[in-house]
Amino acid sequence: MKPFRCEHGTLVPLDRSDVDTDQIIPKQFLKRIERTGYGPFLFHEWRYDQSGAEREGFVLNTPVYRTGTVLVAGRNFGCGSSREHAVWALQDHGFRAVIAPSFADIFHGNALSCGLLPVTLAEQEVRALLDLAAEDPRVECVVDLEDGTVSAGELHCHFRLDATQRRLLLDGIDDITLTLHTLGEISAFEAARPGWMPAVSRVEEPA
Amino acid sequence: MTARTLFDKVWDFHTVLAEGDGPSVLYIDLHLVHEVTSPQAFEGLRLSGRTVRRPDLTVATMDHNVPTVDQLAPIKDPISAAQVEALRRNCADFGIACYGVGHRWQGVVHVIGPELGLTLPGTTIVCGDSHTATHGAFGALAFGIGTTDVEHVLATQTLRATRPRSMEVRIDGELPVGVTAKDVALGVVRTIGTAGAQGHVVEYTGSVVQAMSMEQRMTLCNLTIESGGRAGMVAPDGTTIEYLAGRPFAPRGAAWEAALAAWSELRTDPGAAYDREVLIDAAELAPSVTWGTTPSQSVAITDKVPDPDSFNDPSQRESAVRALEYMGLTPGTPMEEVVVDTVFIGSCTNGRIEDLRSAAAVMDGRRVASGVRVLVVPGSQQVKVQAQEEGLDGIFRAAGAEWRDAGCSMCLGMNPDILQPGQRCASTSNRNFEGRQGRGGRTHLLSPAMAAAAAVEGRITDVRRLRARVS
Ligand code: SF4
Repeated sequence: MKPFRCEHGTLVPLDRSDVDTDQIIPKQFLKRIERTGYGPFLFHEWRYDQSGAEREGFVLNTPVYRTGTVLVAGRNFGCGSSREHAVWALQDHGFRAVIAPSFADIFHGNALSCGLLPVTLAEQEVRALLDLAAEDPRVECVVDLEDGTVSAGELHCHFRLDATQRRLLLDGIDDITLTLHTLGEISAFEAARPGWMPAVSRVEEPA
Repeated sequence: MTARTLFDKVWDFHTVLAEGDGPSVLYIDLHLVHEVTSPQAFEGLRLSGRTVRRPDLTVATMDHNVPTVDQLAPIKDPISAAQVEALRRNCADFGIACYGVGHRWQGVVHVIGPELGLTLPGTTIVCGDSHTATHGAFGALAFGIGTTDVEHVLATQTLRATRPRSMEVRIDGELPVGVTAKDVALGVVRTIGTAGAQGHVVEYTGSVVQAMSMEQRMTLCNLTIESGGRAGMVAPDGTTIEYLAGRPFAPRGAAWEAALAAWSELRTDPGAAYDREVLIDAAELAPSVTWGTTPSQSVAITDKVPDPDSFNDPSQRESAVRALEYMGLTPGTPMEEVVVDTVFIGSCTNGRIEDLRSAAAVMDGRRVASGVRVLVVPGSQQVKVQAQEEGLDGIFRAAGAEWRDAGCSMCLGMNPDILQPGQRCASTSNRNFEGRQGRGGRTHLLSPAMAAAAAVEGRITDVRRLRARVS
């Protein structure tokens, strides 16, 4: 996983709440068996009309925002399905961080495990960032994980992240590597696991 | 010892390692796998030279992509076919049981776990799918995970997870006539909102929940994610034990006795505190239908499409405006005047035998309204066989509905079952997001009985009125 320390980039304002994963990446694009290549389908139904032409007025179709790397959105971002494709599509498009007043739990976890930084700020701070990004698209936003700050124009906000998660992101270490250090504990747990717990091997597979 | 909630007990039992406030390493008893969210996880294992730690605690099926007609014929869409084939190969390579297309146990992952007796009280269950909460109906701690976590579980049989908070949703009193588990679930989501349970594991309690069958409890727990909850749970009781006894993977003999002893401890201790409590009076629930594009945007069937100005919260108001525009609805229109052209009966919310019975009871002796397409999709092959044994397929067919093979089908339309732009569907599934059932498609969530009523009337219909007319 690519470490995340600090990101300097353009803010992209997506002024909607409850942005669900079906909007971030519609299901017809979930059939790929790779992790990459989802960027062109990000926010597909909002971005393109029936004929496949870009819809005017959608923020990602506005030239100044096209190469933005920090998305700002309304509350409950990423609700809906568990599809990690939503995170992959945001990253594939070029986003490195998403700022919102709140995130759906599964999306939040998926983002962290892929190195897309979810930044939770207060409702008023997000509103201020949305307004600033809309008024002054060229303003640079700095998301600094090391000191937990977001700065853009006159705005300076602080955010918190669990200490372990922060460490993993800063160092670019994935969870599996970390967990594999606890194999001894896992084996001990398994040895004590009650016999009635599920096990597929218990049953002969029927014809 | 301090008093603990049901959730605390299951969480504590499975904690392999806890480090302060950070994520704990949690042991996973059962990992359910399907074709959409797993290929990249298996690929990750191969790339890092890792293997599946416990193939015996891993079960796969094919549900999201599979066609629901001619299921055994080769899949026409080459990308879907590749995804299904990838699962078959991955299961063979890593020694995982796969109840895929053609297997008599195939079906929607959240339908087959319980019916096979894999879903057991007091266990931890994960799946790369947000509706994994369904399994919580048995008193399991069951939640959806992303693909990186799928790989994590495959490799280590554990997850790193931060302890969620606990929340009680107590539903007491007597349900009015015609109010089903789906209506209760929609009522809960409406009461607490799309993010009302965020960061929480919800335990459903109260006399209404205790009186529910296992299938009804599954419907209730299934929608927990629609209010942002990490998982939903119901404490196991006699109903749970009766449902599980004799199922293929349920423990037997001495193991069954040991399980019963363990399960009898699985309830929230008197005096244990939840982080949040919500009380719902059953008498205030009504047969419900959604009008918007989130499952929380619902009203009683006797109500009208709401005016966005009636919402105090600005973001709710704005989301109502956008939803009505997408749904093509005008405020003040009685819900019963909304005309539908498609009806979908199925999904992991309402694709079980009791759901099909309830829809068939309404359609029996009636005809589907002209111009309406009705898809009845059993949640699993076993449900399909049972429904056929009970003659339900005959009732659906005689009414003019299509009787299909098992799968997710039009719940999310990854297979050929999709809405066309502008089509309007009465659906027993769990999500009415924009484009969920097909680009530009409009979805109204409701119960199987009300979906059947919509099918025969050609518009959203209060099933109680329909029944009254007959008697
Ligand atoms: S039936 Fe629908 S909600 Fe359930 S697993 Fe399938 S797609 Fe997901």
